[in-house]
Amino acid sequence: MARRTVEPVLWLLFSAGGVASAMVLPVVVFLFALAIPLGWIPAPDGAALLRLVGHPLTALVLLGVCVLSLFHWAQRFRYTLSDGLKLKHHQRTINTAVYVLTVLGSAAAGVALWDAMTARSG
Amino acid sequence: MNRPPGRMSHPGYRRPMSRWWWLGKRSYTLFALREVSAVFVAWSVLFLVAFVESLAGGEAPYQAFLDWAATPWVVALNVLTLVFLLLHAVTWINLTPAAVVVKVGRRRVPPRVISGSAFAGWAAVSALVLWLVVRV
Repeated sequence: MARRTVEPVLWLLFSAGGVASAMVLPVVVFLFALAIPLGWIPAPDGAALLRLVGHPLTALVLLGVCVLSLFHWAQRFRYTLSDGLKLKHHQRTINTAVYVLTVLGSAAAGVALWDAMTARSG
Repeated sequence: MNRPPGRMSHPGYRRPMSRWWWLGKRSYTLFALREVSAVFVAWSVLFLVAFVESLAGGEAPYQAFLDWAATPWVVALNVLTLVFLLLHAVTWINLTPAAVVVKVGRRRVPPRVISGSAFAGWAAVSALVLWLVVRV
């Protein structure tokens, strides 16, 4: 019965995560994974970039994007495994593993952004 | 999927479905690729978290992270990631009109206006982030 009531919430998180990841992640990956490391744009000074990233508002937005994106992944991935790869008989294991990873990832995001916030004002 | 009660004792016939069903048709494959994009969304989050952590660590960890990010395998992975993120964003926005039905009076706003607005929003958010980072 509990699974019946939590499903709609998970779909809502999937939806919100889909929007958040679609809007924000492409430009973020372009910048931080490609443009800056490969020197397409001059690498911003670490302290200056930290002033932006560690700003409470930025940190909050990034935390939201990270957590929602992970929940988006969680829903899509567990359905891919059970429906796409037909691993339905392992559903409970899949669900547990996926959500443990989601929580761990969200915690990691929280820690990193907290570190950025304290380092910025430190 | 939930079955109606009593179905378990009389399952009937179920046509066996291959594990590779998604290779059968182009639209199935595109669907499967869309679903796989979620993995790259998760990777992007991990990468972003690592990036933020390196920034918080100071100039040396930040530079070390950038050097690692510039290595060929990581670049290749991240190029692939960007491709899948774009696939996700475009297919997601194109589906928005199906989920967001706006009526003005009795007339329905055309789907292309809905998705057009979403694309414009995407462009605006991207431009904002670009500007915020480049001016730093």
